[in-house]
Amino acid sequence: MKDEVTRDERVSNLKGLGCSRKRVEDARFTQGKGNYIDDMNLPGTLTGDFVRSPYAHARIKSINIDAAMALDGVVAVLTAKDLEPLGLHWMPTLAGDKQMVLADGKVLFQGQEVAFVVASDRYIASDAVELVEVEYEELPVIVDPFKSMQSDVVLREDLDPKAPGAHGPRKHHNHIFTWEVGDEEGTNAVIDDADIVAEESMYYHRTHPCPLEPCGCVASMDKVNGKLTLWGTFQAPHVVRTVASLLSGIEEHNIRVVSPDIGGGFGNKVGVYPGYICSIVASIVTGVPVKWVEDRMENLMSTAFARDYWMKGKISATKEGKITGLHCHVTADHGAFDACADPTKFPAGFMNICTGSYDIPIAYLGVDGVYTNKAPGGVSYRCSFRVTEAVYFIERMIEVLAIEMDMDAAELRRINFIKKEQFPYNSALGWEYDSGDYHTAWDKALKAVDYDGLRKEQAERVAAFKRGETRTIMGIGLSFFTEIVGAGPVKNCDILGMGMFDSCEIRIHPTGSAVARLGTISQGQGHATTFAQILASEIGISAESITIEEGDTDTAPYGLGTYGSRSTPVAGAAAAMAGRKIRAKAQMIAAYLLEVHDDDVEFDVDRFVIKGAPERFKTMGEIAYAAYNQAIPGLEPGLEAVSYYDPPNMTYPFGAYVCVMDIDVDTGVPTINRFYALDDCGTRINPMVIEGQIHGGLTEALAVALGQEIAYDDMGNHKNATLMDFFLPTAWEVPNYETDFTVTPSPHHPIGAKGVGESPHVGGVPCFSNAVQDAFRPFGNRHTNMPHDHWRIWKTANDLGMHD
Amino acid sequence: MTKQIVSMTVNGEKKEVLAEPRELLIYVLREKMGMKGPHVGCETSHCGACTVEIDGKSVKSCTMFAAQAQGAQITTIEGLGSPDNLHVLQENFKEHHGLQCGYCTPGMITRAHRLLIENPNPTEEDIRFGIAGNICRCTGYQNIVKSILSAAAEINAAKEAAQ
Ligand code: FES
Ligand code: FES
Repeated sequence: MKDEVTRDERVSNLKGLGCSRKRVEDARFTQGKGNYIDDMNLPGTLTGDFVRSPYAHARIKSINIDAAMALDGVVAVLTAKDLEPLGLHWMPTLAGDKQMVLADGKVLFQGQEVAFVVASDRYIASDAVELVEVEYEELPVIVDPFKSMQSDVVLREDLDPKAPGAHGPRKHHNHIFTWEVGDEEGTNAVIDDADIVAEESMYYHRTHPCPLEPCGCVASMDKVNGKLTLWGTFQAPHVVRTVASLLSGIEEHNIRVVSPDIGGGFGNKVGVYPGYICSIVASIVTGVPVKWVEDRMENLMSTAFARDYWMKGKISATKEGKITGLHCHVTADHGAFDACADPTKFPAGFMNICTGSYDIPIAYLGVDGVYTNKAPGGVSYRCSFRVTEAVYFIERMIEVLAIEMDMDAAELRRINFIKKEQFPYNSALGWEYDSGDYHTAWDKALKAVDYDGLRKEQAERVAAFKRGETRTIMGIGLSFFTEIVGAGPVKNCDILGMGMFDSCEIRIHPTGSAVARLGTISQGQGHATTFAQILASEIGISAESITIEEGDTDTAPYGLGTYGSRSTPVAGAAAAMAGRKIRAKAQMIAAYLLEVHDDDVEFDVDRFVIKGAPERFKTMGEIAYAAYNQAIPGLEPGLEAVSYYDPPNMTYPFGAYVCVMDIDVDTGVPTINRFYALDDCGTRINPMVIEGQIHGGLTEALAVALGQEIAYDDMGNHKNATLMDFFLPTAWEVPNYETDFTVTPSPHHPIGAKGVGESPHVGGVPCFSNAVQDAFRPFGNRHTNMPHDHWRIWKTANDLGMHD
Repeated sequence: MTKQIVSMTVNGEKKEVLAEPRELLIYVLREKMGMKGPHVGCETSHCGACTVEIDGKSVKSCTMFAAQAQGAQITTIEGLGSPDNLHVLQENFKEHHGLQCGYCTPGMITRAHRLLIENPNPTEEDIRFGIAGNICRCTGYQNIVKSILSAAAEINAAKEAAQ
């Protein structure tokens, strides 16, 4: 057969790896035809709404639901008493603790769920919430984790203070765990003997992922078939199914969990919230679908927060600037229940990647988790299990060390980077970094921004400021980060005992198109577009002819979901492996059709050709047709494959960021003049999608560094529960970003891809923060805490005497 | 609470609904008229996910009672283009990757539509200021701005060609 199309055209028709393919998702979203949870309207659906605690700590003396029940349209009001006989008034958290579903005897944070009202519409439900009478007796409130560890007040009366917790012995009745990694004695000895030691304490404030769509679900118990269906904003639908089964006793095959379109997740939609459980119970009780969708205030007050780490560091170095040791202690404020979304064996997530991108011979990390009267959670907000905290910590320690040594911080980084030839690199805190080329990335970044020129400009500005010619100063923020994504190998990563593999199942249709289903779920990352690209390159069918489906546990293979940038490193690898299984069978079919031995054919873009005779071939389309319609000796009909992929290691994307900022010292307003971001995420699947992820991640980083905060007063009142008080940047505050890249493939990922979605957030936060702090460095600043909102920046200037 | 009949024209179609005086327009649009385009992100006028166009103005439909829309002409994202004939903005948002999760997108495009009518030749700064009432948590705005700029250029080129 004569081939009309050139090889290059065949490659480009595939729309495979490396192509900036336009997103297939966009058709429905741009036309208002998405299908988010609140768009679900099954006939007869009831609405659930919560009565929430106004107090941060109080005993519940009584709950009177009579007036609420008397209201027309109210169907039920659930309290802990109703859930107790079902064993559902408490639920296990993702961190091995347990959490009240509805307040049981007392409340432990403001906004805690006290009763669940079920009514015929949302207006009546709200009216009924007002009519539920709860009598409280206030108890002393603890908002400070350090005071909590001294206090006589027992926050968690349900826990035996002497019994060990999920991660070992507890030191105090308000203490959750101690987690230690590394060699403390050795590290202390090195630091004690060192030429130079820099010490710093920093607070990584509490914040919130705040996706634009809040959390919600629709639960529907079909009593005829005994099937429970739960639609919801779930980043991990299969895990929800297993947990729902374990909690409810309904067999897992009778539960279907579906994640429809999700309006952003960023970690917020990983956990299991009381709204889900109460909706399930309410649907079981009433026999009709029950919908619960939180409002923004509820989202900010009660669904999972992020960060809240008090970090103390010591870093030592030789006179030449070679780092010799790192000591880190964290006091982690986990709120009322330890509900962190972390792999079981990592009580403080991947905080022990805090040696960062540097070759640090000895290190120690200790974390103490503490209960306080705040909302529980502790999710990895656009990062992989506390990597953001770790990178912020080390990137601040580097800056402080540079100040201590009166050295340039860019040079200090360069001296200490892990060298290219050291990979795979084993860190002092137990990670095996798969691959990296930090020096090349750093040099490229510094050159791109003309780093030396910037420093000159900054020095001139300082001089002009001192002469009184300007009231703005200039900051150059640097950061270099190594992410750790792709949780993870089942041998050391599980959530609630469920191993963190992922999966892909492909079915090729006779006419040569395909459907592939994965255990992950997109919340805006564009999986339907990019996973098809991986498969296109692997199996030689155009991405346009491959449908990707996720998020329905009745059809998708079991997987651990999407968070921690695990989709590409784990499910993407599963897709490639399943594709290779398809190809192996296709090879046998092609050989049969071409009447040669299996070994005599080879894969070429979209076909198998006879080696040395490329004009004799069978396309994947022909092979697919034959697979179904021709009896091939020794082979079953059909062309399908499934892969459950357990990654051998995590992947380690990295990047180099530079931010150039002006600060008006009289108003405290920062203006970002330039932001350069170089990312290395290994093989690039879709450059357009990667860039979009980088813009978005950087903007979320800007928010965290420059103003976003969840704060409480001494009474435990939540101070930022609306978008009036909680900073989400608009187009007005956000700069244009310059993106750049290097490519260092992961050696163990089947296509060399590492994952990218969270990198810009992880690297961005320290970069923005360092820019602010660097601007003040010439005026005597050493460290100031985030968020650098206008007031705090103004105050830094004021404290440094710049208003005198 | 007593309900009253409210009539309005939505995407060119006359509609009558029974609504309580306290019912917000966004809920009436979504739940009584079956629109899935306008979304709820905050209910406090901050995020713009619920933006629709009312009598030639961009309005956040979460902060207006349905009763206040009596007699109004309303356009939602559903009224801007059709699957066979997308609005230039819808085309450009797809072309320039101006969306990720898509939750802000209907409000964003609806707002951009009015912005381009008010200012057919916006600078990047005009656009950034003009859409500052619409929050996007995913894209970082850069590609949204690009999409709107490119839509403006396309609309103007088409106008010129028509003259
Ligand atoms: S929902 Fe109307 S502005 Fe946010
Ligand atoms: S695309 Fe997700 S909020 Fe804008």
